[in-house]
Amino acid sequence: MLKEGQIRIPSGCAISGIFSRSGKPVCGDRIVRSIAVMHDRSNGLGGGFAGYGIYPEYKDCYAFHVFYDDVEARQRGEQFLERHFDIVNLSRIPTRKVPSISNEPLIWRYFVNPLPHKLADSQLDEREYVARCVIRVNSTIEGACIFSSGKNMGVFKAVGYPEDVGEFYRLEEYSGYCWTAHGRYPTNTPGWWGGAHPFAMLDYSVVHNGEISSYDANRRYVEMFGYRCNLLTDTEVIAYMFDYLLRRQGLTLEEAAHVVAAPFWDTIARQPEETKKELTYLRKAFSSMLITGPFSILLGFEGGMMALNDRLKLRSMVAAEKGDLFYVASEECAIRAIEPELDRVWSPRGGEPVIVRLNENNRGEEQP
Amino acid sequence: MIPNEIYAEFEVVRNLDRCTVCRVCEKQCPNGVHTFQAEKGVMLADETKCVNCHRCVAFCPTRALKIVPSGHTFRPNANWSRQSIEEVYRQASSGGVLLSSMGNPCSYPVYWDKLLLNASQVTNPSIDPLREPMETRTFLGKKPQRICRDASGKLVDNMEPGLELSTPILFSAMSYGSISYNAHAALARAAQELGTYYNTGEGGLHEDFYCYGENTIVQVASGRFGVHREYLNAGAAVEIKIGQGAKPGIGGHLPGSKIVADVSRTRMIPEGSDAISPAPHHDIYSLEDLHQLVYSLKEATGYKKPVIVKVAAVHNIAAIASGIARSGADVIAIDGFRGGTGAAPTRIRDNIGIPIELALAAVDQRLREEGIRGEVSIIAGGSIRSSADVVKAIALGADAVYIGTAALLALGCHLCRSCQSGKCAWGIATQKPELVKRLNPEEGAQRLVNLVNAWTHEIKEMMGGMGINSIEALRGNRLMLRGIGLNERELSILGVSHAGE
Repeated sequence: MLKEGQIRIPSGCAISGIFSRSGKPVCGDRIVRSIAVMHDRSNGLGGGFAGYGIYPEYKDCYAFHVFYDDVEARQRGEQFLERHFDIVNLSRIPTRKVPSISNEPLIWRYFVNPLPHKLADSQLDEREYVARCVIRVNSTIEGACIFSSGKNMGVFKAVGYPEDVGEFYRLEEYSGYCWTAHGRYPTNTPGWWGGAHPFAMLDYSVVHNGEISSYDANRRYVEMFGYRCNLLTDTEVIAYMFDYLLRRQGLTLEEAAHVVAAPFWDTIARQPEETKKELTYLRKAFSSMLITGPFSILLGFEGGMMALNDRLKLRSMVAAEKGDLFYVASEECAIRAIEPELDRVWSPRGGEPVIVRLNENNRGEEQP
Repeated sequence: MIPNEIYAEFEVVRNLDRCTVCRVCEKQCPNGVHTFQAEKGVMLADETKCVNCHRCVAFCPTRALKIVPSGHTFRPNANWSRQSIEEVYRQASSGGVLLSSMGNPCSYPVYWDKLLLNASQVTNPSIDPLREPMETRTFLGKKPQRICRDASGKLVDNMEPGLELSTPILFSAMSYGSISYNAHAALARAAQELGTYYNTGEGGLHEDFYCYGENTIVQVASGRFGVHREYLNAGAAVEIKIGQGAKPGIGGHLPGSKIVADVSRTRMIPEGSDAISPAPHHDIYSLEDLHQLVYSLKEATGYKKPVIVKVAAVHNIAAIASGIARSGADVIAIDGFRGGTGAAPTRIRDNIGIPIELALAAVDQRLREEGIRGEVSIIAGGSIRSSADVVKAIALGADAVYIGTAALLALGCHLCRSCQSGKCAWGIATQKPELVKRLNPEEGAQRLVNLVNAWTHEIKEMMGGMGINSIEALRGNRLMLRGIGLNERELSILGVSHAGE
C-alpha cells in the first residue's frame, strides 16, 4: 500500500485551539483535554499539536523538530544541518511509552541559527534561507523530515489518537500562549508520522479539517515559487500558500484570508467602492490561490492565531471567549470541556477570518 | 484520353411518393444539384455537385430527401483508400494543390474523449449550482509578481490591462471575407450579450462593427490586412496571429472569389485578388522580433490593451510558449491541429501540428516549471466541441477556450467542409449576397447566446459535482482528470493518472 506522500489521501478531522491574549502561559494538558472530547472525529491514524511560546530559553533560535527513519538518515540530516546552521543545542525530544503508539521514528530537536557566511552567500533573507533548507531536507534527504522549524514554537505529532499523542510527547510539561490541536480521520493510509497535522513552515502552522477541491490547482501554482508538496495533503499546501502570501508577498492576514476564501463576485459588488477595488484586486492577482471545498483551519503564527472557514462554511467551527482566553474548535463541546462558563460563543461566518493577537504590551519581540 | 473518373461521394435519395415537385431544393442548393425536368414533371439530381450540406434536406417540406454515401467503391484496399486514389486522379488532372476547409477530419486520437472528470462522494460535498453561487468569471492577462502599497499602506492596483469574461469561452478568429457580414454581425452581438469576445481574424474590422469594440479582439496577421491605428485601438485586445492549427507554417488563404467590394475595402486589398498571407510575419523571424512587435502594438495602443499571441500547436510548443511568455505578451492562444479554417492545403491541414490536449498540457506544465505561468494566460482552441471539453481544457491548465467550429454549427453550418468554394448554402462562409442573406444576424446571435449559456450551465453542473464553486480553482487542477485507455507516455505528458488510480 502506498504511504502518504506517494498518494493523495482525503481525510476528515477535528481541530481545536486556545489562545491567551494576555500571553499568560497555558499548560499543554488543556489542549489535550479539549481535543480528546472529539475522539470520534479521529480514527487513530494521526494527531498533533502546535505550541507557541514554549521555548522561551531559546526564543531567538529556530527550533527544528525532525523525524528520522533510522540512524543513517539522522547522520545524513545532521550533516546537512551542520553545513548550513550553527547548532546551539540538540537532543531527543522527550517522550513516554504509550501502548497505542508504536513504530515511532527517531525524534530529534535542534535549536539552530543560520551560519552567517552561508546566509550571506545565499543572498537570501534569513527566513527564506531557513525555509529553503527545510524544503531541501524534506524533498532530498531520504528518511528525514523537518516537521517544525519556527522560533519559540514547536509541533508535536504522531500516528495515534490526539490524546495519546499528547501523552506520548508529555505535553503537560510545556506551556505557551497558543495551542492548536488536530485529530485525524484519514481514509486509507497505513498512517505516517510526517503526514499527521499540524503542518508547519517557519513559525506558521496549520491544522485543518476538510478536503479541498482546489488542491491540485493550488499545489501546482504554489510549487512555482520553490515549494515542494511532498505529502500531498491539503494542510501542507495551505501552509505553503499562507507562507507565500504573508511572508513572501507581504499581505496582511485579512488580505490573505480574502485570497484563499475570497468573497463571491456578487458579494464584492455590494461592497463600498474602496473595499470592492481591494477585494477585486486580490481575487484577480491571486486567483490560483483560491481554495474551494470544505475547510476549517487554524493558522498559528508568532504572536497570533487565525481561524478561517471556507466561503460556504462546509465544515463546523465554533469560537468562544472567556476573559483574555480565546477558544476555537470543530465542536462547542471541545471548548466547554475545558472552560464550561464562557463569556461569548459564536459561529464565525464562512470566509470571515477570526484573528487574535497578543495584547500590545505582551507582544515582546514579535515582528511588526 | 484518360477519363478523370470521380464518382459522386454522396447519393441524393428522393422519395417520389413524398416529393411534391415544389422545387424548394432547387432554390436552396447553391451548387446546382437539383433541376426540374419539365417534360416529365420531376426533379432530377446531379450528385457529382453535392457537398452534403443538408440545405435541401432541411428545407424539404415533405421530408422527401436524404443524402447517403453513394457506396461506389474501388476494389477494397487497406492501404489505398478511395480518397487517396481520387486525390491522385485530381492532382494528375489539375496539377494543383488540394484545398480543404474546416478542421482535420482524419482518425487521429481525440484525447478529450480519453479523459474523465471527477465528482465528490462523501469525503467532501458536491455543490449544487441551482442553490449556491457558482462562478465562471474569468480574467485573462498577467498577474503582478509583487504587490505594492501606497504611503498609507493600501494596496495599489498594479494589474496590467486584461480581459474580463463572464464565462471562459471566446469566439475564435474568423475573418470577414472567409465568413460573411451577417456571420460577423451575429458573433459580435452574441459576444456583447454574453460578456465575452469575438475575434476579427486577419480580415480587418468592418466599419459597422466598431460599435462592438469592447467585445472585439482585433487580429494582426502576417498579411496585415486592414490593420491601421483606429483598427488597433477599436478592440479590447490585439492578437498577433503567428499560426493557425489548421495550417501551421503557412499564412491565411482567401480565394479571390470571396474578395467582394466590401471585403476589399475592409481588408484594404484589390477586389477579386486572392489574399494569400505570407507564411511568416516578415518582421518576426525570432523571439526577439516578436518581443518588438508586442511592444510596438502596446505603444500603438497606449499600453491600454493586452496583447495575445496565437500559435499553432506544433512539436516544440512548450519551448515556443515559454519564449512567448517572456516576450511581453499577456495571453498565449494555442490552436490544436483539429482547428478549423476557411481554406487550407489538404496535406497541411491533415498532417501538420499536434493535438491541443497534449500541447496545452505540455505548455502549462512548462510555464509552471519555469515559474512564469502567472506571466501569461492561456487560451486553448482547436477543437472544443462541448462543455465537457471546456472543463477538461481548464483542468489541464487553460484559462479559457476559443470556439470556432462549434460557433459556426450554432449558426447553421453542417460541416460539409466546402468553405473554400465560397458557396456556403447557410450564408456563413460566402460573400454571395443571395446566400449571405440566408443567415439572419439576430437569430444567429440568439443561437450563439443559447449555445454558450447552455455550455456555461453544464460547466457549472460539472464544477459543482467536483465540489468546486469558482472556475479558477479548476484551472490546472489535473487531479480532477483521469485518463482512460492511455499509455504511460500519454498520461505523463497530460500529467494525469489513469482511471482507477
